[in-house]
Amino acid sequence: MEQFSDFFLQHREAIFIVILSIFLGIEVISHVPAILHTPLMSGANAIHGVVIIGAIIVMGHADTTGSLILGFLAVVLGTLNVVGGFVVTDRMLEMFKKKK
Amino acid sequence: MSVSPQFPFGITILEITYIVASVLFVIGLKMLSHPLTARRGNILAAFGMGFAIVATILFHRKNGEPIGNIPLIIVAIAIGTVIGWVIAKKVKMTAMPQLVSFFNGMGGAAAALISMMEFPHVSPDLIARTGMANGHVLAILLGLMIGTVSWSGSMIAFGKLDGRIGDLRVKSMKYVNITILAVLLGFIVYIMTREVESARELMPFIYIMFGISVIYGVLFVMPIGGADMPVVISLLNSFTGVAAAMGGFLYNNQAMLTGGILVGSAGTILTILMCRAMNRSLLNVIVGVFGGGGNATATEAGIIKEITLSDAAILLSYSKKVVIVPGYGLAVAQAQHICHELDKLLDEKGVDVKYAIHPVAGRMPGHMNVLLAEADVPYEQLIESDEINPDLPNTDVLIVIGANDVVNPAAEDDPSSPIYGMPIIKARDARNIIVMKRGMGKGYAAIENMLFFNEKTRMLFGDAKNTLQNLVGEIKNL
Repeated sequence: MEQFSDFFLQHREAIFIVILSIFLGIEVISHVPAILHTPLMSGANAIHGVVIIGAIIVMGHADTTGSLILGFLAVVLGTLNVVGGFVVTDRMLEMFKKKK
Repeated sequence: MSVSPQFPFGITILEITYIVASVLFVIGLKMLSHPLTARRGNILAAFGMGFAIVATILFHRKNGEPIGNIPLIIVAIAIGTVIGWVIAKKVKMTAMPQLVSFFNGMGGAAAALISMMEFPHVSPDLIARTGMANGHVLAILLGLMIGTVSWSGSMIAFGKLDGRIGDLRVKSMKYVNITILAVLLGFIVYIMTREVESARELMPFIYIMFGISVIYGVLFVMPIGGADMPVVISLLNSFTGVAAAMGGFLYNNQAMLTGGILVGSAGTILTILMCRAMNRSLLNVIVGVFGGGGNATATEAGIIKEITLSDAAILLSYSKKVVIVPGYGLAVAQAQHICHELDKLLDEKGVDVKYAIHPVAGRMPGHMNVLLAEADVPYEQLIESDEINPDLPNTDVLIVIGANDVVNPAAEDDPSSPIYGMPIIKARDARNIIVMKRGMGKGYAAIENMLFFNEKTRMLFGDAKNTLQNLVGEIKNL
């Protein structure tokens, strides 16, 4: 119990953010028309590429060659997720644009 | 949050940038859910990401230390950008679902790598104070497990959609999967209850956990039928979101936390919406065996009747109302442009042409809209199935092009059918039905389709593109 309350108090801000973000995510998405499901999934896919920030932090503080290589790999993969995700979403949405 | 005394200004900028980035993610996602603002929404979110990345490189401090290896980081970002950009621009629109899956897997892999590298660096002070059972370790382990499952699962989904990997269905699969999942959770408990001085001592367990997670991801996706693949991709997408959020927890990084959780919850909702469009529960998708060993396959179906191209051309030209039901077959044959030509031609002859779009037509919800938009089919001609169904009895000809399961009457008639209850386009209500198909193969869900044996149905066999081309030629010659 002590451990739990320690954990909770230490991370209460993060827990707040998590819970509010969950509601926000549900609220933001719930009225989307079916035609936008694919672009929306793709856009959301790009947004979780935010993991690249963690990759940059890891690589920026890498102290051994091994961790530098892994960090490098993580940054490349994270960038692929971000850039590929946004570009593909844009390409899909570009096609909807021509019509009014 | 430790504000380093010599550089408080940079930290402030960093944190403000993260807030801006989070807000841009939310607004971007919101705008993505409306057709008119979607494109701007995507670009806004991309800007948010760009700000967050640049600010992290410039201003992030860990115990007062700035980010090192900056030239290498920039090289890594450049490599990722070039590869990602080229792939995203080159791939055909029909391959979109596997591409989303591929990029999703990359994000999952990045999250897993971060966890693997951070685990040995869990501060010994923290371990001395709380043991291994702390939020830090939990976030790392969950990030590792979820990220890895998302990566290996996405790669399998990618292979399946690309036609490189077939389905593997074993009856006992779900028990195997549940066991593996239990083992993984057991590992987390085991690691968190060890008494060690440094987390480094436990690294072998991390490698084993990584290995089991890879296997779990593979086995999780392997038995899932092709028709359910979009649901799985959407689910794995939200997994990666959660894995990214674990990183946010680890680094006390609000941008990662909000971005990740936002995608996690939005992705889950999207997954549920997709399931609803197919009238299936999420649990059913994951553990249910779909298609394959069907029970109603050996039915005495009846007689197939073919139609010649010239008869089809005449039938279409003298109709008042034509409805086209496009499916994935149209997309793989790259026939969307010639299909639009057909509808323009008929339109000139005074025929009213509409497209009936089933929510899961193609390989992903909304996929068909994207493909038809690519061929310049006006938005107003695309009608969702619920809206067009009441109109079908007044429709002279309904053309099914490369679609199968979405027009299968078994969804209404046959309670033993795996797709029973799925909302369909009620094709058989139309006065005449023309089905364009490559052969008598079954649809993606591998179920017999009684529509093909309906007395109002005529078949036009052949590749969708060739058939449409010939049909357009015939109509022009009339």
